[in-house]
Amino acid sequence: MTSELANPQTLSALDRPNSYIGKAVPRPNLDRLMQGRGLYVSDIELPRMAYAVFLRSPHAHARIVGIETSAAKQMPGVIAVVSGRELSTVVTPWVGVLSHLKGLKSAPQSAIAVDRVCWQGEAVAAVVAASRAQAEDAAEHVSVKYEELHAVTDMRTALDPATPVIHASLGDNLAFERIHDAGAVDQAFAESDEVFEAEFVFGRHTGVTLEPRAVVADWSAAEAKLTIYQGTQAPHMVQNIAALHLGLKESQVRVVCKDVGGSFGIKVHIYADEMATYALSKLLRRPVKFVADRVESFNTDIHARDHRCRGKIGVKRDGTIMAFEIDDLTGIGPYSMYPRTSAIEANQVVNLVGGPYVTGNYRARARVVFQNKNVMCQYRAVGHPIACSVTEGLVDLAAMKIAMDPVEIRRRNLIADDAYPCASPSGLRFEQLSHHAALAKLVQMMDYDALRAEQAALRVKNIHRGIGIASFIEVTNPSAAFYGVGGAKISSQDGVAVRLDAQGSVICQTSITEQGQGSESLTAQIVGSVLGVSMDRVRVILGDTDNTPYGGGTWASRGAGIGGEAALQAAKVLRKNILDVAAVVLQSTPSELDIVNNAVVNVVDGAPRIDLSELARIVYFRPDTLPPGIQPELMATRHFVPRNYPFAFTNGVQASWLELDPDTGFVKLLKHWVVEDCGTIINPQLVDEQIRGGVVQGLGAALFEKCVYDERGQLTNANMADYLVPMSGEMPDIDVGHVVSPTLESELGAKGAGEAGTAGAAAAVTNAVNDALRPFGTIITEIPLTPQVILTALGRI
Amino acid sequence: MKAAAFAYVRATSVENALELLSVHGEAAKLLSGGQSLVPAMNLRLVAPELIVDIGELTELRGVAVKGEVLTIGALTRHADLLKSREIAAHAPLLKDAVAHVAHPAIRNRGTIGGSLAHADPASELPACMLTLGATIIARGPGGERRIAANEFFVGIYETTLTPQELLVAVELPVNPKNSTHFFHEFARRHGDYAIVGLAAQASIKDGRFADLRLGFFAVGDRPLLAKSASKLVDVAITPAVLSEAASALDDELDPLEDQQATAAMRRHLAKVLLTRCVSLLLARSDLRAGASA
Ligand SMILES: Cc1cc2nc3c(=O)[nH]c(=O)nc-3n(C[C@H](O)[C@H](O)[C@H](O)COP(=O)(O)OP(=O)(O)OC[C@H]3O[C@@H](n4cnc5c(N)ncnc54)[C@H](O)[C@@H]3O)c2cc1C
Repeated sequence: MTSELANPQTLSALDRPNSYIGKAVPRPNLDRLMQGRGLYVSDIELPRMAYAVFLRSPHAHARIVGIETSAAKQMPGVIAVVSGRELSTVVTPWVGVLSHLKGLKSAPQSAIAVDRVCWQGEAVAAVVAASRAQAEDAAEHVSVKYEELHAVTDMRTALDPATPVIHASLGDNLAFERIHDAGAVDQAFAESDEVFEAEFVFGRHTGVTLEPRAVVADWSAAEAKLTIYQGTQAPHMVQNIAALHLGLKESQVRVVCKDVGGSFGIKVHIYADEMATYALSKLLRRPVKFVADRVESFNTDIHARDHRCRGKIGVKRDGTIMAFEIDDLTGIGPYSMYPRTSAIEANQVVNLVGGPYVTGNYRARARVVFQNKNVMCQYRAVGHPIACSVTEGLVDLAAMKIAMDPVEIRRRNLIADDAYPCASPSGLRFEQLSHHAALAKLVQMMDYDALRAEQAALRVKNIHRGIGIASFIEVTNPSAAFYGVGGAKISSQDGVAVRLDAQGSVICQTSITEQGQGSESLTAQIVGSVLGVSMDRVRVILGDTDNTPYGGGTWASRGAGIGGEAALQAAKVLRKNILDVAAVVLQSTPSELDIVNNAVVNVVDGAPRIDLSELARIVYFRPDTLPPGIQPELMATRHFVPRNYPFAFTNGVQASWLELDPDTGFVKLLKHWVVEDCGTIINPQLVDEQIRGGVVQGLGAALFEKCVYDERGQLTNANMADYLVPMSGEMPDIDVGHVVSPTLESELGAKGAGEAGTAGAAAAVTNAVNDALRPFGTIITEIPLTPQVILTALGRI
Repeated sequence: MKAAAFAYVRATSVENALELLSVHGEAAKLLSGGQSLVPAMNLRLVAPELIVDIGELTELRGVAVKGEVLTIGALTRHADLLKSREIAAHAPLLKDAVAHVAHPAIRNRGTIGGSLAHADPASELPACMLTLGATIIARGPGGERRIAANEFFVGIYETTLTPQELLVAVELPVNPKNSTHFFHEFARRHGDYAIVGLAAQASIKDGRFADLRLGFFAVGDRPLLAKSASKLVDVAITPAVLSEAASALDDELDPLEDQQATAAMRRHLAKVLLTRCVSLLLARSDLRAGASA
């Protein structure tokens, strides 16, 4: 996938001799994973462990009239068949709301449905047996009598008075509404030379993790302690919620998260079936394992992006963008997810539209409605692809109207690189962005003018290629502003503890988690660099609420920026402590000493003075040789959370180059470029991989991925043959370049990079498709851009 | 996603397999490469009581040429077809087609017998059998039966095989000397089943088709050997002739609607394929200009 790389700049402040910061060192966990020594939840086997299988509703909306379980209970290997009502004695229901999302409402949701099912796939009973196969056999013998209810499926009519209300107690199907009005929008449109409007339609899709959601819950009645092994992004959040709803203290719950086979935001929520598994373990007093299979993953893993957004832009003939206006509608399923809620994506859309641009005139409305489909919630780049596609689509269409080059209109409207700090029209505060530097770099990387010439030459030969550009901003390093202020017990700070062991190696415990993005590597790189210890001597421990500091975990592009800074600060303290003792032992002063290559050296000439292993030996085994009153502390802990800005915004720009076959409607992606600015780059290879992986998920949304529901609320493509994930054969080369504007909130200066790729990829592709379609006089503002959609737009079918 | 419990036997000979099939009837299923059967079992779409594994019947595996006849054993894997020198020399269409069947891991196990018996209308190999005029050889309790390919496929996943029969081989006439071929399919991703595909074989004399066989797939409930091909044989091809053939083709098609395409889209794409096939085989790029019809 790699073609020539634009070389990332590195940051010099941390660039000590032998520093790992800014270097593409291999991830330390690779060998272990490649040799099959990973430990995923599916690998975990405990004595007396039973397997849970959930019987799931075939209907989108139905009353449960009766559940007959006696035949199933007679089946071989069956330990229990448990209904929602029975389980409700062990686990309490929850409501997915946050107080800072004013007006957000939702109904109580149970671990297993009681009386009523609200989407196809909601669990109605659990079968627990000695093996998964036996549980599946028995599940076929549970008979549930349903009385079908009207399924609310179309978000466009969900609020109509004639549409039944899904949760009577809520009064209507409106979960959340936000209205925003800034500047003088009407006047700005009146003063525009051209006004352009379109409806942007986004397919509902999902994250498709290689390893499905999985949990082993182990209630030890003797200790009154629940151990949860789960592939999650936020172990302490799981600990808090499990304790809350099972009537336990947090100290009675330990969450262990070993290797995780992909998350992308899918595994940052609390799912009903996971909660049911914890409860089943408590009820049955034995370990219970639940591993979602692929069909239930499609039916129950959160979906995302089901939005219809009307957008409007006004421009002057000189290219000045006068105003943006949007009206966004999204359907989130029957419940707001817990505990992060399903209003965040629409809220983000309102926050982010128009974000890269100067205009202060911006009006927005977002409505979030209930429907009888699977739940929707935060998936990689929450709201960004919607906001970016709408904004960048409007900018390109406006440019088309006034016959201006898409790069030029951006040059004229992107916030100047020297205008910071400043705020977006929705009130987001920007510390330092680099839109113009990024665009300039992109134009140079892709050789824009040459591509335009090539495009023109090919058009004559009836070959239709398109170029699409998309600038974007990305929310990273969230403070408590995301969840904490709304009352959720989701920590926005993270902690790292580092200690020098008795042979001079380092053990590092961090509260961020690893799902494949390299948290372990970046932590070791930072700690190793600051301490002057080689990376092979740094062991990183993550994902265990009993054995790491308290913290948020890895989501919202926060691991490097927040957890990385905590690691930096903890390592600095340890370094000081080490040098303090070394000074005593060497009868020197700390300022004359440094640590390089696992040894204490002289600052002046670099001459080695004492190996860390020798120093550790003295401290741990011969403290009697130290002067009286000296008590070395070879362990240090630090926590970090950004305080000045609620979010560290990053920015970037993407471009797509593709060929469209007007006879077949097929699109071939030829090349993709990204320039992004995530501040300090700790490991350029990991950043580039994050960008590329993110782009691929965005390309999936652009061309392939869609959860197809019928009008009765049945998901019709819940398998890997019909739900098309992007595959390598269709992916273009993705070139990644960087601009580096470190955040001054932290010494490390790192911002997030995990979602930038996903944020802008679909927008770039859609703009490129519309660019290719120019000669045909049609535009498309709907993704995925399937051959069916393109042929229809072209009037060929 | 665990299959319902089933019994398993590994057949020791063709006779043994036939015996098991006649004893167990519809309760038994043959297991060849397992690439269609096993996923269906794991999804519990089928739940056979007995699996008869024919994987060890090596006598059913391999490609042989005798005189004018190319014989392919039922257990010959997709990957074998791709690598076989006999196939490359005597049925190059098949080689091109197999490259579009799924992915390497699946081609390493999937077999031609399984593919033909499974009779997915979007499958490449069944259409090739029509185009190449194959004879399908089945053995059953009453002995051997030879079935012409165009009588073998009768519906979605349906063939004229009975539950007691074993598909043992296919026979193809070796390619005539001056013949040429075209294979193309439209699929959303490489390796996916086709939205529409065409396996064509032709002989060309003086810029005209002396013979033209067009095997379409994913255009109905079974592969289709288009009769409208005859409109293109022994005539000078003009855009008008081509367009007449295209509308005749349209009458022959009975496409289904699914996740990837409506019936109208399949009709459209079939005509695009026809045009591209003809213009490519005749090296007449002028004919392609009208492709956007
Ligand atoms: C992800 C994926 C993608 C795929 N994509 C494609 C594709 O693009 N194109 C395509 O054509 N195929 C595709 N396939 C299917 C693949 O080609 C299968 O190998 C083929 O369809 C069946 O062959 P098999 O040997 O695996 O048969 P099996 O799965 O073993 O059997 C299939 C059926 O045929 C019966 N059967 C098998 N052998 C015999 C016999 N000798 N006599 C009588 N009955 C028999 C079995 O009882 C069963 O009912 C795909 C499969 C997968 C998993």
